Amino acid sequence: MTMTLHTEGDTHVVVTRRFAAPPEAVYRAHTDPALIRQWMLGPDGWTMPVCQSDAVPGGLIRFEWTDGAGNGFYLTGTYLALEPFHRILHVERMHIPDATPDNHVETLFTPDGTGTRMVLRMTLPDAATRAAMLATGMEHGMEASYARLDGLA
Amino acid sequence: MSLDATFAALADPTRRAILAQLALGETTPMDLARPFQMSQPAVSKHLKVLEQAGLILRRVDGTRRPCRLAPQPIRDIDQWLGQLRTALAANYDRLDAVLAASLPPSTGDNSP
Repeated sequence: MTMTLHTEGDTHVVVTRRFAAPPEAVYRAHTDPALIRQWMLGPDGWTMPVCQSDAVPGGLIRFEWTDGAGNGFYLTGTYLALEPFHRILHVERMHIPDATPDNHVETLFTPDGTGTRMVLRMTLPDAATRAAMLATGMEHGMEASYARLDGLA
Repeated sequence: MSLDATFAALADPTRRAILAQLALGETTPMDLARPFQMSQPAVSKHLKVLEQAGLILRRVDGTRRPCRLAPQPIRDIDQWLGQLRTALAANYDRLDAVLAASLPPSTGDNSP
């Protein structure tokens, strides 16, 4: 299905996506750690060995990702408000390894026929954070490239 | 300025820390060297790499050579958004599969 992603003003990113499943199922997949760790993985090859999600106001979030080759980073956060099965408001920051500024994320799930329309609104990171995030992603890609070069040598 | 030079410049943790420091405002090499407990020549070497990658700008102010982040917000944001878009698209495609696997069979009007 089609995902849209656009910036809103200078400080926000808005992502929309439709799912075939109803809001209750999509909401649960965003809050139940056993489900989260199955899909919130980013690039292929990464896993989430640690997934904490206490889906109550004030409840803690901790996701730890690894590529299985010694590279990893983690995210910590807190649930601020939950309206089952419609709205999640939480704050999160990445640790790569220094903590990025807090990112407030609002996720809305509304019925769309028999499915769900999701709208996710997050804070655009500042320039230094973007540079660090890009570098983290690029390091992984570059290591793969260097490994291929090693194979050729 | 090549993309390779940019990535190579960003791959070094000290240079990323220098960029983070510069995000707070224009700074001289001497002030940059202090928190990293590095010699000024070592910092200058990193700054040269960052400058050649187009990530920072330096100017002359008397005997000082203050540096600041290069204003390249559009390319930078596009690149970051591109990486975010790729990661989220992969996530939500996987979520489709997770939802399809965990859903009970539909009992609504659309059932065959």
